[in-house]
Amino acid sequence: MTGILRHRLFWPSAALVLLIVVNSVARPKFLTTTMRDGQLYGALVDVLRGSAPLMLVALGMTIVIATRGIDLSVGAIMAVSGAVALTIIDGSGDPENVGTVLVAVLVAVLVALVLGVWNGFLVSVLGIQPIIATLVLMLAGRGVALLITGGFITTVNSAPFAYIASGYLTLLPFAFFVSVAAIVAIALVERRTALGVLTEAVGVNPEASRLAGVRRRGIVWGAYVVSGVLAGLAGVIYASNIKAADANAAGLFIELYAILAVVLGGTSLNGGKFSIAGTVIGVLIIQTLESTILFLGVPSAESPVFFAFVVVAVVVIQSPRVRGALRSLTASRRRDVAEPTTAEVAP
Amino acid sequence: MSTTTTPEVRTRRSAPSYQGFIARHAATTPTYAAVLILLVLLAGAETFLPGNFLSPGNLSALLLDNAYLLVLAVGMTFVILTAGIDLSVGSVMAFTGVLGAQLLAQGTPAVVAVPAMLLAGGAIGLLIGVLVQYFHVQPFIASLGGLFLARGLAFVVSLQSIKVEEPTVLWLQQTRIRLDGWYITPTGIIALLAVAFAALVLHLTRFGRTVYAIGGNEGSARLMGLAVARTKVTAYVISGLCGGLAGLLLTAYSGAGYPRNGIGTELDAIAAVVIGGTLLTGGRGYVLGSLVGVLVFGTIKTIISFMGAEQSWMQIIIGGLLLLFIVVQRAIVARSERQR
Amino acid sequence: MPADTEVPPVVQMRGITIRFPGVLALDHVDLTLRPGEVHSLMGENGAGKSTLIKALTGVYPVDGGTITVTGTDRTFASTADAQAAGISTVYQEVNLCPNLSVGENVMLGHEPRRRGVIDWRATHTEAARHLEALHLDIDTRSPLSRHSIAVQQLVAISRAMVLDSKVLILDEPTSSLDRDEVDQLFGVVRDLRDRGVAILFVSHFLDQVYEISDRITVLRNGALVGEHAVADLPRDALVTKMIGRELHDLESLSRTAHRAVDRSGEPLLSARGIGRRGVLEPADLDVYPGEVVGLAGLLGSGRTELVRLLYGADRADVGHVSVRGERARMTSPRHAIDRRMAFSSEDRRGEGIVADLTVAENIVLGIQAQRGWARPIRRSERDAVVAEYIQALGVRPANPDAIVGNLSGGNQQKVLLARWLATAPELLVLDEPTRGIDVGAKADIQHKVSELSAQGLSVIFISSELEEVLRLAQRIAVLRDRRKIGELDSGQVDLDGLVDYLANAGKGSAA
Repeated sequence: MTGILRHRLFWPSAALVLLIVVNSVARPKFLTTTMRDGQLYGALVDVLRGSAPLMLVALGMTIVIATRGIDLSVGAIMAVSGAVALTIIDGSGDPENVGTVLVAVLVAVLVALVLGVWNGFLVSVLGIQPIIATLVLMLAGRGVALLITGGFITTVNSAPFAYIASGYLTLLPFAFFVSVAAIVAIALVERRTALGVLTEAVGVNPEASRLAGVRRRGIVWGAYVVSGVLAGLAGVIYASNIKAADANAAGLFIELYAILAVVLGGTSLNGGKFSIAGTVIGVLIIQTLESTILFLGVPSAESPVFFAFVVVAVVVIQSPRVRGALRSLTASRRRDVAEPTTAEVAP
Repeated sequence: MSTTTTPEVRTRRSAPSYQGFIARHAATTPTYAAVLILLVLLAGAETFLPGNFLSPGNLSALLLDNAYLLVLAVGMTFVILTAGIDLSVGSVMAFTGVLGAQLLAQGTPAVVAVPAMLLAGGAIGLLIGVLVQYFHVQPFIASLGGLFLARGLAFVVSLQSIKVEEPTVLWLQQTRIRLDGWYITPTGIIALLAVAFAALVLHLTRFGRTVYAIGGNEGSARLMGLAVARTKVTAYVISGLCGGLAGLLLTAYSGAGYPRNGIGTELDAIAAVVIGGTLLTGGRGYVLGSLVGVLVFGTIKTIISFMGAEQSWMQIIIGGLLLLFIVVQRAIVARSERQR
Repeated sequence: MPADTEVPPVVQMRGITIRFPGVLALDHVDLTLRPGEVHSLMGENGAGKSTLIKALTGVYPVDGGTITVTGTDRTFASTADAQAAGISTVYQEVNLCPNLSVGENVMLGHEPRRRGVIDWRATHTEAARHLEALHLDIDTRSPLSRHSIAVQQLVAISRAMVLDSKVLILDEPTSSLDRDEVDQLFGVVRDLRDRGVAILFVSHFLDQVYEISDRITVLRNGALVGEHAVADLPRDALVTKMIGRELHDLESLSRTAHRAVDRSGEPLLSARGIGRRGVLEPADLDVYPGEVVGLAGLLGSGRTELVRLLYGADRADVGHVSVRGERARMTSPRHAIDRRMAFSSEDRRGEGIVADLTVAENIVLGIQAQRGWARPIRRSERDAVVAEYIQALGVRPANPDAIVGNLSGGNQQKVLLARWLATAPELLVLDEPTRGIDVGAKADIQHKVSELSAQGLSVIFISSELEEVLRLAQRIAVLRDRRKIGELDSGQVDLDGLVDYLANAGKGSAA
């Protein structure tokens, strides 16, 4: 077991630990967590809370990527679900009512589900390339969100709604529990049932899976639905955080960060084997890096430069060329262990 | 020279028939479809919209307003023909635009600033190309790195909009060469020249044909001894250069460099290329089709503002049109697969 | 007409050694190609034929040894280098660009130019000239994808001639050609040979090798076995050299063909007039319980197409299938699986194994797919099933957690067989289950098939090796040119009879 962990998640984990260490040395306050009124505060807690929307989106993206797909529309779906939720609360006349907020959230997630169904239909039934199929909604989705909000940034004052992003459930932020719940749910469904391995089979070799009787269409379709639903939830959290529905800014570039998180976590964009734990680590790396950049006093608008370097570094390290060079380097040093053990990638 | 007898080959000569014609020109069908859509749009707008839609002024403005997008689409066509994609172009345009504006504001002469913009764009294209070719990074991800880099660099150059007062750059936009109510600006001429140049390169040079060969089957192209690596990297460099050129045109058009420009413009460029009949799987398509695609895009935009509808419809309609084209392309591909 | 050995060789490879991580792919291999000679490179799968070709064409760098072309030592860093030195290759899966025209494919990279730009008129004229030199009269402006594989192959050869190649490598060029197309190709090959081109020919078909070659080099397990003039190497000696075992080892494999099958009852599977336009003319087929039905026919004869239609892997547009007397709709593999059918495709890598998953995951994939994702197979049950089949079929390494993609072809095939047997099928369709795998694994699989059929499993067995079909099947359905031409009782026919039927039945007098 430890061998497996070392192999697949060693580098992502090491990167995360390194980031945390660098942060703790550079700003001792980073690790400091204070307790006020039974609630924890501090930079680490902020990372956990702030990562919720990205975590949800990245989890869905992991499943979609495992099927050899990609979902570019997640940001647009976030914008739509935020717009739907806020429009319902805004129009209800009783924004403080918990029931209203629940209905709004439910409807928003349902709409996101429908959008996921649409993506899945294009990919699994019509057989359109995933990049293209989801590009359609990526383009059109924000337009829909703008239409829902009437072109304005809808804002509401609703304590129950604000609770979703900023409230605390005992010690930690509520949003953190939402992402933990999503991680656990996805991990259980994928790994305790056969869904995970069937998804991987479809991602590695679609034709072999079809001939083996795997219901490819259902599995691929389902992946987009899950991605849509999680993006919908993420949209609600985002909207709750800024207490507004901003169709242009909600989830902007999140598809790119989510893909980056998945890749950082060691899941190949070619589909197949995926790692939920890897994605979780990937998200935390991104969020910690974001926090670091802010701490360094760099305007957040400039942070993409850092992520560009992360993207380049990760893809270069993962490239066959560099891997081959590294392997021959280690092989020449320890030729006797050059034979790869086939068991190291076992589940 | 040889005395060996070879059995007579009984290959049917495909007579120049209707079917043969269709087969030969199957690749151009989507582009004609785009032309048809453009004509329907223009005719429809003329018929149903109040006022004179098909006025020379309106049509001239179409090119003027979309010159930067046309240049981006030209670069994107090269990349998509190699079965790649370049998500960085919108950000590259913003970065080079704001870089140029900053340089000009600091008193750098235009003869230095403009090449610097092109170089900056080309350099980001080169980075993406090297990642794709030599590190086997998927184009999507490599150009995503380019997007982040360019967008971040744009903000590093300036967080605010920078006004451009340099007369040469403004001249590009303000000069109107007129003929009977029609007019064209130097920016429009530059964009059209880019199209013409790209069309010539793609059709008449070995480099251009290698671009198509790579899109058709990259492995084959390599085994045929073509310069695959150089060509692929060059395609991304061209896209980056086009990003830089678009940055210049947009700066001239808006009279300023702004780091938030062009968010999502890469999607518009991709949509225009696809609507123009280039297959995203590579190897099939025309840069002239991309011109048509951009005109379709621009016409819809104009129609929407004519109708006074919200611009959010723009995104929905382009999305819908993209869907239509993708489904049609998919059907064409499926049909040709069945025929084999 | 073996050429004079005094003619200086055009290519000399000496002591070629290539290592892959953990594998010695080529171990000091020599190869000499002489102008005006057809030289066949023979060996079982994994012998190192394609590695040697790739070393010669600059795809793989060599770790040791020298390559001399017309007297000068060369190192090729790329295919382009090798082509510049006059070495061209035509591959089985024609490496041209389907989206471009025929003429452009011939001339790509060598188009005549005028004032710096391509002169299209001259390009097509020249392409037509090169095609005509191979007696190929086709419209150079038509897209390549409109032409048959055979024509595409000739186009690829024309391209090699544009490069003025001194050496032409033909890597399995005939595997998807029919007999007439092979004749056409061989005509061209002889023509080129007589013009002084050195030809390296690789094929699995012994008849073709003996028909066209002047000289044969045999490889086995990455090492050189020997180089021989064709006249000095009888077929059985060649086969012995290739497999490293005596032929009678193969002959001693089990023979089930004579087992009596009860055909009085209802057939398990019965197809009537099943076909698909452009793929297979309507055909009938019955399979009775416990029967092994062989499908004999050349590649492209419609044998694979027929079983794909039966299994629902492709949709039939005419005819119908009944299972145990009941009409069955077979439009998806799931329909077939629900009726206890199993199908192992000829394309092991592309349509069989799931390379990145483990042996265990691959074996239970069939069962799991049937159960659906919500009802996972229990760990203990899974381990038991996997252990049982690894043992029963002798999968090596016997490690359930090994990644299937790292196994040898024979063991991958065993894993596939295990996947299907684990679903407890009543009809097992095996398309080329023994192709390209070592003799040991081949024998294991044949034994298993005969054992299972004796226990009542029905099998449809496809193989290019007719001996194998004759040995295993009680009844043989023969296909040719996308048409079923008849059925034979394997007790009443020997190999020559089968070959004769396959080649001649239905033509002229034969019934």
